Amino acid sequence: MSELTPSQTVGPFYAYGLTPKGRAKWDPNGHYSWKETIGDNLVTPDVVGDRIRIEGGIYDGDGKPIPDAMLEIWQADGQGRYSNEPGSRRLPNTSFKGHGRSACDGNGVFSFDTVKPGQVAGPGGKMQAPHIVVCIFGRGMLRQVYTRMYFDGEAANAADPVLALVPAERRDTLMAKKQGNVWRFDVHMQGDKETVFFDV
Amino acid sequence: MSLIYPRDGLSAYPKHLTPAYKSTVKRAPTKPLVLMPHTLSEMTGPIYGHDAIQDNDNDLTKQGKGEPLGERIIVHGHVLDENKRPVPDALVELWQANACGRYVHLVDQHPAPLDPNFTGAGRTVTDKAGYYKFITVKPGAYPWGNHHNAWRPNHIHFSVFGHSFLSRLVTQMYFPGDYLFPFDPIFNSVTDERDRARMISTFDLENTIPDWALCFRFDIVLRGRDKTPEDMD
Repeated sequence: MSELTPSQTVGPFYAYGLTPKGRAKWDPNGHYSWKETIGDNLVTPDVVGDRIRIEGGIYDGDGKPIPDAMLEIWQADGQGRYSNEPGSRRLPNTSFKGHGRSACDGNGVFSFDTVKPGQVAGPGGKMQAPHIVVCIFGRGMLRQVYTRMYFDGEAANAADPVLALVPAERRDTLMAKKQGNVWRFDVHMQGDKETVFFDV
Repeated sequence: MSLIYPRDGLSAYPKHLTPAYKSTVKRAPTKPLVLMPHTLSEMTGPIYGHDAIQDNDNDLTKQGKGEPLGERIIVHGHVLDENKRPVPDALVELWQANACGRYVHLVDQHPAPLDPNFTGAGRTVTDKAGYYKFITVKPGAYPWGNHHNAWRPNHIHFSVFGHSFLSRLVTQMYFPGDYLFPFDPIFNSVTDERDRARMISTFDLENTIPDWALCFRFDIVLRGRDKTPEDMD
């Protein structure tokens, strides 16, 4: 039998503990006094790589925004290395952690400022296309869901071993689209455009 | 397919769709999740060291000008992986309602008083043995809109990082013997009684501090590697 501590929903009231400054983005009075440990800006002074901004919205089965969702991202640095990679090769950008957390606004909109991740190895040594692991929590979500954000138009997508597991007609749900200076990545929990979530 | 983080233990988790908890109905995935191997991207994860916290971040009774109202309690335990190995350097964050069952969150409109000396947020990092400790007050029960006369059992929200992004856990700690357990669809979303039991803290008389605070123990078990990296070489 399992020994794991079961998951429970993050609930609607996590913000003052987990994203105390998150709401300040759209409501100057919407922040809490508690210090923020994990924010939506991953950029550090020593970061290397192409700076990017990610924006998106998260929507429920009626297409309504989910304002009380929380998204966390985990990514490699611009050179394709994770900050906690086994073997801990020394990074030139040691303070880049590659982890971010965003609250959502009243329209279910989240955002991250980061760098485009480099390629990392996948199963059997095949290189994976640049991607960001996305973990989503929310009221009405008893356990987190995992998805991935890829970059639309990236040549390496064609050979990505994880994308290859996704039915071709659904791969587009994992593609962030370049809109001006922003990579747009929407998450649909249900419906015709339901995002692909992974069983990990 | 590499299964370094076993999936079997996930049988203890609730189903995404649990209709008794109404908000799951429009927010649970409806299409099958896509099974995938664990790659470096899943097997790594952020580590937040002791520089992520400050003194007294784990003492929720010292964040105001005076002491918060309510029953002062110690909540402590170990963060372990599913092979019972301690998880050191794990960031543990918690948040909770005050003794009256009111959150400081701006959206919480429950007509119970706020406590000017209590915000209800804390964080700490486990030591080498995976041990953590908080001092706080016992949270009150509060009503919610899921169904007629719905009340949440007393609980403290926990957010924990293990050593990979797969061991990430958000859960709730309950208190032993709560009379609201049978009526709460969130608690009962975990369908096996033995699994539910692992969300309930135990009263810890031994570590209760006489004349000062009651104590509850809550061990947290995260997904963990089947084998250590050395075993895999």
